[in-house]
Amino acid sequence: MTRWFRDFGWRHVVGFAALVFALFPLVFVISASLNPRGTLTASVRLFADASLDNYRALGDIPYTFWFVNTLWIAGATAVATVLLAASGAYAFSRFRFRGRRLGMLGLLLVQMFPQILAAVAIFLLMAQIKGALPGIGLGTQWGLVMVYLGGAMGVNIFLIKGFFDSIPRELDDAAKVDGASHARVFFTIILRLGAPVLAVIALLSFIATVNEFMIASIMLQDPERKTLAVGLYGLVSEQLSANWGAFSAGALLGALPSVLLFRFLQRYIVSGLLRGSVKG
Amino acid sequence: MNDLRSLGAKLLLVGVVNALAVYGLVATYAVRDWGIFVVLLVATAAVDYVYFGRRTLATRYLLPGMLFLVVFQIYVVVYTAYAGFTNVGDGHNLTREQALSHILAVSEKRVPGSPPYRVQVLAGPDGRLHLLATDPRGTTTLDGEPVAGAPADHRVLQLRDLVSRQQEVLALRVPVEGGSIRTEDGSTGYIARPTLRYAGGQLTDATTGTVYRATERGFFESDDGRALTPGWREFVGFDNYVRAFSDERLRAPLLSVFAWTFAFALLSVLTTFLLGLVLALALNKEGLRGRGVYRSLLVLPYAVPSFLSALVWTGMLNQSFGFINQGLLGGADVPWLNDPTLAKVSVLLVNLWLGFPYMFLICTGALQAIPGEVVEAARIDGAGAWQLFRRVTLPLLLVSTGPLLVASFAFNFNNFTVIYFVTGGGPNVPEAPITLGSTDLLISMVYKVAFGGAGREWGFACAMSTIIFLIVAAISAASFRRTRALEETYA
Repeated sequence: MTRWFRDFGWRHVVGFAALVFALFPLVFVISASLNPRGTLTASVRLFADASLDNYRALGDIPYTFWFVNTLWIAGATAVATVLLAASGAYAFSRFRFRGRRLGMLGLLLVQMFPQILAAVAIFLLMAQIKGALPGIGLGTQWGLVMVYLGGAMGVNIFLIKGFFDSIPRELDDAAKVDGASHARVFFTIILRLGAPVLAVIALLSFIATVNEFMIASIMLQDPERKTLAVGLYGLVSEQLSANWGAFSAGALLGALPSVLLFRFLQRYIVSGLLRGSVKG
Repeated sequence: MNDLRSLGAKLLLVGVVNALAVYGLVATYAVRDWGIFVVLLVATAAVDYVYFGRRTLATRYLLPGMLFLVVFQIYVVVYTAYAGFTNVGDGHNLTREQALSHILAVSEKRVPGSPPYRVQVLAGPDGRLHLLATDPRGTTTLDGEPVAGAPADHRVLQLRDLVSRQQEVLALRVPVEGGSIRTEDGSTGYIARPTLRYAGGQLTDATTGTVYRATERGFFESDDGRALTPGWREFVGFDNYVRAFSDERLRAPLLSVFAWTFAFALLSVLTTFLLGLVLALALNKEGLRGRGVYRSLLVLPYAVPSFLSALVWTGMLNQSFGFINQGLLGGADVPWLNDPTLAKVSVLLVNLWLGFPYMFLICTGALQAIPGEVVEAARIDGAGAWQLFRRVTLPLLLVSTGPLLVASFAFNFNNFTVIYFVTGGGPNVPEAPITLGSTDLLISMVYKVAFGGAGREWGFACAMSTIIFLIVAAISAASFRRTRALEETYA
């Protein structure tokens, strides 16, 4: 018995304690989202009552817009980020050209500056663009995606390049002997074999975009154009206590896409991150 | 065959880009925005050159990302550094010419004894507004030209339109002798004349004789220090930086924000790493039942978008109604978010919850990557459990997770979401001249100065951003050098 405890038992104690810490906020949200009275005070008693009223109440606010906006903005950003970063990484991995070293060093420097630090400049730039090209300026979602793509090359390119470097060049050469162009090599060989790391970049970019608040909040003012982060923050900051039920319901639904994606790609993330860090 | 197809795809894509660019060029030309015009022109030329030229193979793969990078990362960073040396912000958004014309327009007063007009605001066929004015003698003019009445193709604006297009209505001017006719309500008008005269670089008040001169602060100011608003953008040198470190009331709160930002980032990394490491060590054991269940449940906090979790914690930590006080502590009244010290503990706690699964994941991964022979060899040499951990496991672990820890520090240094969503930076420091809270990080302070409520001070915010950048860059550069990441990358 004591032997078992020394080998395994204490591990369960630690693990169980960590589970309680990790899960009790989630239990609380689930309970609050089901509580028909919908206030913060009423949510204190866990699972006192259960109904779907809060989920229905989401129809009274532009929640569906926020949800759909977030999905497509984050989805578009993720896909475009992967394409831009992967093609950049392909150039650095397979071509030798003047300025290659300098280019990589430059990228390393540039990505140290988080975009949110330049929020004021982004705001002023987008306001200026709005004057000439209202379709992609301040207040538009396309504009927001474009701003996010400014960070596409940055850190991702090193992670991807590390992976591409490990794909044998003999494969490229063989394909080229068979008459394939460099574009064909990129799309049919490199992108396919690089899928694991590309999936990680897509997921990280998706989650980061879903989470992004600062730039989204200064870009999007129209209630129906907001993302979940901006919309739900507004909902809670106006009336924390009264809107609690609706917020909880919205938060649970809003978390679903990220959690599901994460479940599928979790394996790749850890290996991708560690690999990237070791290889630089 | 394939080559033809890919050539077709390329032509199509570049064609679409060119078509969009032409549209953009026409649109920017229409509003005379030469800055954007030139950038668009250069970008389009670069695209065409790179995709149709020879010897540009590598650039074809780099260009798309580079274009976004140059505009939305490099340009905005450079602009931030530049704006830190200006006074741009509320009251200083215009160029000097724009500010001058605005001041002159606002200084208009009704000419004493001038006749009242009956007016109607008309919308022409092109949607533009015109002023139909009838003087007391019954003479009717449209924009100053005598007419019999409103032209048939013009529409009279009703009250609702007047309200929604108020700015345009207020801007209408019809020059006449001794001033210009204007209207404020769309039904009565009068002759107005600027009380200020602009000549020789200075403004003179015609009624009082006061002289306003352009100053370096970006205002027209009189000798006794009265300024006319709005001001304009002006280069102010190091004023923003000097102000941050010399303004008595600003210095102390600012220094504490500095210190807290460092403390927050450092403690966040330490606490999350420690908890993650302990869990990884405890749960990474062959034959432990439920290992998979533990792992998939423990990473849930990481999978949930952090802005949602942060808001949930805000609710739970609420002093009067929160779940922690009311549910767990049985009606306690702990000011989790309202006491300066406790609020700091609270945000660290929330950040621990948000961050430990990530550390748990990477520690587990790194532990599993340590070769079994190394551990075995140490055992054979007689190392105890503690020695094994201290001398073998931990150093190896730190080598592989080190860069991620540095990245985590840099991330938390600018962890806007947690602070802004959980405490909003509060509780506020009452004596500070700008809105500053005791849990504010530099980045949330920048956001408040730039976009929070009254008095947006963009120049000052940009100066602060530049300081943050220098700090983060210095730390990252130092650590990158140590990890040899560079050599590996360029191998």
